[in-house]
Amino acid sequence: MVGYLTLILCCQLFGEVIVGALGLPVPGPVLGMALLFIFLLVRGHVPEALGSTADGLLRNMSLLFVPAGTGVIMHLTLLSEALVPLSLAVAISTSAAIIVTALMMRFLSKAAADE
Amino acid sequence: MNNLSETWVYLSASPLFHLTLTLAAFQAASFVFEKGGRNPLLNPVLGAVAIVVAVLALTRTDYFTYFEGAQFVHFLLGPATVALAIPLYRQWHHVRSSWLAIGASLLTGSLAAVASAVAVLWVAGSSEALMATIAPKSVTAPVAMGIAEELGGLPSLTAVLVIVSGIFGAMFGPLLLNLIGVKDWRARGLAIGTASHGIGTARALQVNETAGAFSGLAMGLNALATALLLPILWGLFF
Repeated sequence: MVGYLTLILCCQLFGEVIVGALGLPVPGPVLGMALLFIFLLVRGHVPEALGSTADGLLRNMSLLFVPAGTGVIMHLTLLSEALVPLSLAVAISTSAAIIVTALMMRFLSKAAADE
Repeated sequence: MNNLSETWVYLSASPLFHLTLTLAAFQAASFVFEKGGRNPLLNPVLGAVAIVVAVLALTRTDYFTYFEGAQFVHFLLGPATVALAIPLYRQWHHVRSSWLAIGASLLTGSLAAVASAVAVLWVAGSSEALMATIAPKSVTAPVAMGIAEELGGLPSLTAVLVIVSGIFGAMFGPLLLNLIGVKDWRARGLAIGTASHGIGTARALQVNETAGAFSGLAMGLNALATALLLPILWGLFF
């Protein structure tokens, strides 16, 4: 359990170091995800204890966004000044991204299956 | 009374109170979400943020004091992002067999997110700085903030818009996908992750592991694609 938590933290640490050293445009943890993924490809399976450590983290992932979300209190004035356009933009753009991605994926998967 | 205020002074200076507040608010919001039949309007992240904001306002606490305690929770976002490699690995056979469809869908979805957000603000006559602030809003927060800064926006406001987009997608994404009749978990996950990054992924993981894996993949790829392409695209228009 502690061993695999260390592995996860090491992947993040290496991710951060590589991103910092090379000036890559992705965040360290995303590169860390890629590193852990490569580890799993080499290993050929997910060790059971790693699976349960990861599942524990991911099952409660929603909680982890609460501190960042609370940051909204620093922008209440700016937000209230442009509340209508910003809300509309977030709602329309998020919906558009979901609909376009899903329809495109369905269309392309069908096209591939028909070949 | 004197004792009580002394205790408050002690507690407000230690991280324990705001850490506990964060966990308790999330517990309460999750309880309401479950009791309400998992109604998307009762989204637990939204509910927990509302409770914490209300308590901070009532106790006149600023965000930095709150964050001293909440940072322990916030820190775990990094390891949790790394851990997304596990569902991705478990679903790898699905990903490998349709990588071209995944890449093309992701790019069009990512473009739709940026173009529609900027178009709405352009029609509303907003400033260029505000358009730059909202443009990367579907990308995971740390990357979105970097992009906004590069384009001349306000990174900390971008972070708020990113969170709101995540919550919006987690709330209404499944309804929208039902409405357009997309049932394939791969397409559903990819769509949620492209539009709503980690918050959408966290929600998708609770529903279906395939959807969660594709959502996590879309989150990572969208961060990469937007960070590389948006500054170039922006230069063509502004």
